[in-house]
Amino acid sequence: MNEFVFFLNYVVVAGSVTGSIYAIGAVGVTLVFSIMRFAHFAHADMMTFGAFTVLLLTTAFPGAGAALGLPTAVVMLPLAMLLTAALAVGIDKAFYKPLRAHGVKPIVMVIASLGVTLMLQGLIRLFAGTSGQSLYVDDRKEIFRLALPFEGARAPIVITEPQVILFVLTLVCVVGLHLFLSRSRLGKAMRAMSDNPDLARASGINTNLIVAVTWVIVGGLAAIAGTLLSLDVTFKPDLSFFLLLPIFAAAIVGGVGHPFGAIAGGFVVGFAETLAVFNWSVLLRPFRDSLPEWLASADNLAFVGTEYKIVVPFVLLVAILVWRPTGIFKGKVI
Amino acid sequence: MSTQYKQREDLVAAPSRFPLREVALFGALLVAIFGVYALMGAAYSTRMLVEAACYAILALGLTIQWGYAGQFNAGVMGFVALGGYCAMAFSMPVNADFWASPLSGELGMVVLMALGGVLVVVGASRLHHLGVPRRLRTGLAVALALLFYLLVSARLGVVTEQIESQFGYIGGLGLPPWAGWIVGGALAGVVGYFIGKVCLGLRSDYLAIATLGIAEIIKAVLKNADWLTRGTATVSPLPWPVPGPETVGFTLARAFYLSVTAVMIAVIFFLLTRAYHAPWGRMIRAIRDNEISSAAMGKDINRRRLEIFVLGCILMGIGGATLGSFNGIFDPQGYLPLNHTFLVLVMVILGGPGNNLGTIFGALTVYLIWVMSEPLALSVLELMVAFGEGSFGWDAPTNLDSRALQARVFVIGLLITLVLRFAPKGLLPEKVKHHG
Amino acid sequence: MPLLDARDVYGGYGGMNILNGVNMTLEADEIGVIVGPNGAGKSTMLKAIFGLLTVTQGEILLRGEPIHNLPPNKLVQRGMGFVPQEHNVFPSLTVKENLQMGAFLKPGNVRRMLKQIYDFFPPLYDKRHQPAGELSGGQRQMVAMGRALMAEPSVLLLDEPTAGLSPLYMNEIFEQVKQVNAAGVGILMVEQNAKQALAIADKGFVLAAGQNRFTDTGAALLADPEVARSFLGG
Repeated sequence: MNEFVFFLNYVVVAGSVTGSIYAIGAVGVTLVFSIMRFAHFAHADMMTFGAFTVLLLTTAFPGAGAALGLPTAVVMLPLAMLLTAALAVGIDKAFYKPLRAHGVKPIVMVIASLGVTLMLQGLIRLFAGTSGQSLYVDDRKEIFRLALPFEGARAPIVITEPQVILFVLTLVCVVGLHLFLSRSRLGKAMRAMSDNPDLARASGINTNLIVAVTWVIVGGLAAIAGTLLSLDVTFKPDLSFFLLLPIFAAAIVGGVGHPFGAIAGGFVVGFAETLAVFNWSVLLRPFRDSLPEWLASADNLAFVGTEYKIVVPFVLLVAILVWRPTGIFKGKVI
Repeated sequence: MSTQYKQREDLVAAPSRFPLREVALFGALLVAIFGVYALMGAAYSTRMLVEAACYAILALGLTIQWGYAGQFNAGVMGFVALGGYCAMAFSMPVNADFWASPLSGELGMVVLMALGGVLVVVGASRLHHLGVPRRLRTGLAVALALLFYLLVSARLGVVTEQIESQFGYIGGLGLPPWAGWIVGGALAGVVGYFIGKVCLGLRSDYLAIATLGIAEIIKAVLKNADWLTRGTATVSPLPWPVPGPETVGFTLARAFYLSVTAVMIAVIFFLLTRAYHAPWGRMIRAIRDNEISSAAMGKDINRRRLEIFVLGCILMGIGGATLGSFNGIFDPQGYLPLNHTFLVLVMVILGGPGNNLGTIFGALTVYLIWVMSEPLALSVLELMVAFGEGSFGWDAPTNLDSRALQARVFVIGLLITLVLRFAPKGLLPEKVKHHG
Repeated sequence: MPLLDARDVYGGYGGMNILNGVNMTLEADEIGVIVGPNGAGKSTMLKAIFGLLTVTQGEILLRGEPIHNLPPNKLVQRGMGFVPQEHNVFPSLTVKENLQMGAFLKPGNVRRMLKQIYDFFPPLYDKRHQPAGELSGGQRQMVAMGRALMAEPSVLLLDEPTAGLSPLYMNEIFEQVKQVNAAGVGILMVEQNAKQALAIADKGFVLAAGQNRFTDTGAALLADPEVARSFLGG
């Protein structure tokens, strides 16, 4: 029974946490792709930027959260979302729009976004350094221990406050995005532009406006994803390339251009990572007596070591590209 | 209007004219190199030139992928690291203690097991020829692959742990370095083949994502597989294919090395230029410029694309191996996306994608600026700090070195975006000939 | 003042002129039909009017105001609607959402206009919650025309609205074009099915090699033996 609780803690909870973060990240990537048709490599550093803004604001006003009963970092999140959205719109104006106006190939946009990612990385690390920092500046991370009402379950399910916030925010994002895309005029216009940009223009849709709206959403989502990641562990300024691969994998697994596919893809990648590094020998412990010797004596039965975690999204990516390049939800342009 | 002007410009750039631009640019570069020699001394400057020459090989690899074929490889670092590893593994002396111990036999068993597993899985994946339903075949193959993977990795973990605790690492093969360079190129080509096989039929974005991923994975493996590479403990000194500094002194030894790399560049340049003007090169460019019509002409696009991608990766492996041997130390953590991917990218897009001469020019120039900017960035930062302390009473950040590095990251990023926008064809643009 | 007036229009792609001085005049309540052999510049002329390619010489006036080389979204604002020949619906949006997109610039009128469009094209009402990508060719054409009409244009440009449709649907589309015109919208359309199209046309323009060959009323062109011999297949 305790083994089951262990499994819940280390796979179900941990997988959902990673999955949520990848999901929100992948939605951003997929939105940029569906509107502007290029893989946006600077997304991971936009996430870092969002988290860094939260860190700065939290350091500046450490007591703000206590008044609302939330961690200060969460209270500062909306402001950081606005700032990151502004950054995203600004980056587009300065670097992507001129290239779009020139009608360059999508791959040139990809390279430009790599240039942008280096600039963001350089700037953030110039000011933040490269070491990890906690977003809990003045307040304490609360930990909830839920005892299970079962016989023999001594270990509780452990879930931290930021994880609860993360689940709530992910849900809010998913529902909010769904309502925006299916109900609002701008959301429908975004879908229209994703379907057929020429026809969108011919219908009188102001495509520049749609592009700007997309960047606002993408920036906001990036700030959420980056902050949640940093809340769960710590703020690390040098994650970008390690985040990019799982996020792209999630977007492609879900079908590029499909916001809800990206969410599903995020959870697929998150759980795959967690399951792959999970030490299965713990679950075998109760059956130790009935197992062959070599299996029972193995004390580490993980598929891959944590140092090779990045292999998991890559394998998923290659597998989906080989077998079903359109992703599970049939994405578009390949 | 603008297209007419462009056509005329291309006519002027016909091969028969005097290459004024090339001569002027290379002349300026030569002057700059002499300046560095005068300022920094011969030993330092020759080292810089050798490194720049190795980068030129990497840049030639990227220019055929990006310039000839429009494929964007965002993981040059991975292929460089593979080359560096091979240079190390082939040239380091044989670890006789390890080979004499029973562990070498056990490692061999694991390798055999892995090979057997691969054979079984490949066999299973062909079962549909025997009438097994495809779904069942796929399931079977995946299950077998997982099973063998678990068995092999469990065994490997045990064996390598013992190797690490008893011998450090398995040592090298004691062969001349150039053997490692060749195998390094071949290994990079094999990895490139598999990546290309998966991605080249799809949009080029996917290639960028996959190469970025494989580069990080190669680095992770080299960093963590201590039994192969000593990981963070690093391996040194790596032997050179020419007399080393201890026998003939720094300057002369580096000059020998430089002549080796110069010959390599000359050979590669000659072969690439031949290939570029051969029907094969024309076909590659036709595919890049107009995929649909060349597909309609019945050219096997994906095969040509794979060839060029693999060729580029081979060059990167060779260049990485040459660079690795020259550095004299194999340090997996020293492979950085900035130094080994993006710096090469800047060399290519600034020099002139698709133009071999421009690419070499770009490599030498950018590397010169890169090396010279290191002390410059640091002194600028120190100046800023001194200014800040004097005027606002700031606390000086302790890690100025790492901050200076970040400033360079920013500059490289800015440079990439600026070149793409204002000089997308580079300083020496590819000469596009108009047929008919 | 004519609704649409194109005077001596030159234009094309990448420095190559396809239009070599085309003239067209359309009054407010007319149906104009452009016919001619392949490569005559029929669709190109429509795209030139809608700002999709650069007009290098000549001028195009909408109610007396020059509009050539204005971007499409500005033209929609000024009361022009355009239905491309292919890819003329948003496949993943529902029929209703497709129509709403047509009124992107005039969100206030959506409810009233939707009702009007459903009256014009009754089959669309039943399918309003279906993705447009799932509809048949003829129904898609209705969605495309409906989408363009949602912005209440004064002139509607149709690029081969009956291409690839069965004769049954073809007649239905021509009927609907007549209805739309009767509701006060000027129509300018390119058609391969020249005879049927000229039959409902107030004005016909026969283009060849990027120039006007014949310009007359639809009926007169149908009756002209030379037009019939050269362009209407005998």
